[in-house]
Amino acid sequence: MALLEVRNLKTYFHTREGVVRAVDDVSFDVEKGQTIGIVGESGSGKSVTCYSLLRLIPEPPGKIEGGTAMFDGMDLLSLGSKEMRKIRGNRIGMIFQEPMTSLNPYLRISSQLIEPLRIHRGLSKSEALDLAVAEMDAVGIPDPKSRIHSFPHEFSGGMRQRVMIAMALINRPEILIADEPTTALDVTIQKQVLDLIRTRQEELGTAVIFITHDLAVVSEVCDYVNVMYAGRFVERAPVKTLFREPKHAYTRALQKSIPATQEKGADLYTIPGLPPLLNREIDCCAFAPRCETQTKDQCLTDQRPNLVETDAGHWVQDCPGCLGPF
Amino acid sequence: MSYLELDNLSKHFQIREGLLAKPRTVRAVDGVTLSIEKGEILGLVGESGCGKTTLSRLIMQLLQPTSGSVVLEDERLAELSPAEIRHRRPDFQMIFQDPNASLNPRMTVYSALLESISARHPGIRNNPAEAQKAVAELMERVGLNAKQMRKYPHEFSGGQRQRIAIARALGTEPKLVLADEPVSALDVSIQSQILNLLRRLSRELELTMIFISHDLSVVRYIADRIAVMHAGKIIEVGEADAVFHSPSEDYTKRLLEAIPRIQWG
Repeated sequence: MALLEVRNLKTYFHTREGVVRAVDDVSFDVEKGQTIGIVGESGSGKSVTCYSLLRLIPEPPGKIEGGTAMFDGMDLLSLGSKEMRKIRGNRIGMIFQEPMTSLNPYLRISSQLIEPLRIHRGLSKSEALDLAVAEMDAVGIPDPKSRIHSFPHEFSGGMRQRVMIAMALINRPEILIADEPTTALDVTIQKQVLDLIRTRQEELGTAVIFITHDLAVVSEVCDYVNVMYAGRFVERAPVKTLFREPKHAYTRALQKSIPATQEKGADLYTIPGLPPLLNREIDCCAFAPRCETQTKDQCLTDQRPNLVETDAGHWVQDCPGCLGPF
Repeated sequence: MSYLELDNLSKHFQIREGLLAKPRTVRAVDGVTLSIEKGEILGLVGESGCGKTTLSRLIMQLLQPTSGSVVLEDERLAELSPAEIRHRRPDFQMIFQDPNASLNPRMTVYSALLESISARHPGIRNNPAEAQKAVAELMERVGLNAKQMRKYPHEFSGGQRQRIAIARALGTEPKLVLADEPVSALDVSIQSQILNLLRRLSRELELTMIFISHDLSVVRYIADRIAVMHAGKIIEVGEADAVFHSPSEDYTKRLLEAIPRIQWG
């Protein structure tokens, strides 16, 4: 039994332009201590997947249309809001992309950092403050005793992201959801933050769901990777396998298009076209219009391909067109 | 003499912390000397706070240097009067990170691009047929469909919007384009399209470009030479591949080690 078992998750948005199928039948497991990556372009549904698990989808227009997410015998998708609040920020923590928008600029770091301890563990102010100082120290913020009383704007971007990590981990959650935690940071700070997430994860045994569009980051931090396209997973594999033998045309096209793989002076590969609009039901291979394999005419036109296990642990959509050679 | 030279360029800011405290000097750009040839792409890398933005504002003539000068085609720009600088504005163009923020949502692509073209050719506004032709040419140059010129930015995808921003920068026939993180807000698949476009334009138009990015693998790919900036100074300049593969400064090495790399199995 995995720590978290997501089955057939569907989250739709009911808008004026029709029903947008942002997440359409997604299943995955998260084991204890594991790092699961979800990669995909903007609009592919990776953030919506995670926000659905935390029940942070604005309803309406959003609605979780189906599926289950079993976590310690509870279904996160059908839990009442009171029970959900006991889990969110306590047993499942989260870090968002832009630390400045998720910290309250009017409150000192101290009052924001002790809040989860006061709410979930009922600690007194001074007990909570001691723990918060220790946690700031653990995420590498110098002089935590006096810095904890600062306001968010007095910290640099990297330091703010450290505060976010401290806040997310302070209640020792079993799962940490990190949504593009380093996208707004520059490389050296990005490395520090990634290293920090990894060391804290090892020390605390937390499982991490890592959302990003950066393949290199995925390669460095994840154990398992799910590649998402148009609301579904097109491929899932252990990280090494995914980069050594990617199978789906989309995964291969993404890997071909990054500058790191190209000789200087050679044109970069670009994926033609645009991702499909999700406000219409897709009943064929969603990648078919952009697929450039030699077998692209064999892409499914009458049904959506299913994710099937081809090798141990390596899952890929069984669209014959997308599996052919370039 | 090179096309563009930065001659011992410095910009110091006086910062007063508290009412009675003695002012402190921040040397945001500290004696930068650099030369760029015509048609060259120079990559500028460094962490946030290293002075990249101040340096780019100095080059763009948006800030007056404390000392030193920007020399474009043998002309010392620091010695020009503000009025003359204003006439030189079309020579310098910028491409920003986020096209959603840098494009005016209430201007059609046509009016945004025409505004840029008329900075160099003020008469074009009196000749609608000519104007339309110029805008169409500009759009096709960056790979946009000229039939869409009456549309607004929100009707385009993220990658197309960045193309509009690039077209707008090219409209004034600039002598220097400064691209500040032009691809870091874009998806991987769109990044490669924009990088291809910038490289093609630099070849076709002999565009001189300064490419600022924190993603060293992107800079290595697109730039002819790389300059590494640290604490207001340029600490290393060289051929892109040389800097990338055998850096001579420890700081550059540390910067390179920080880039996440794909482990190909």
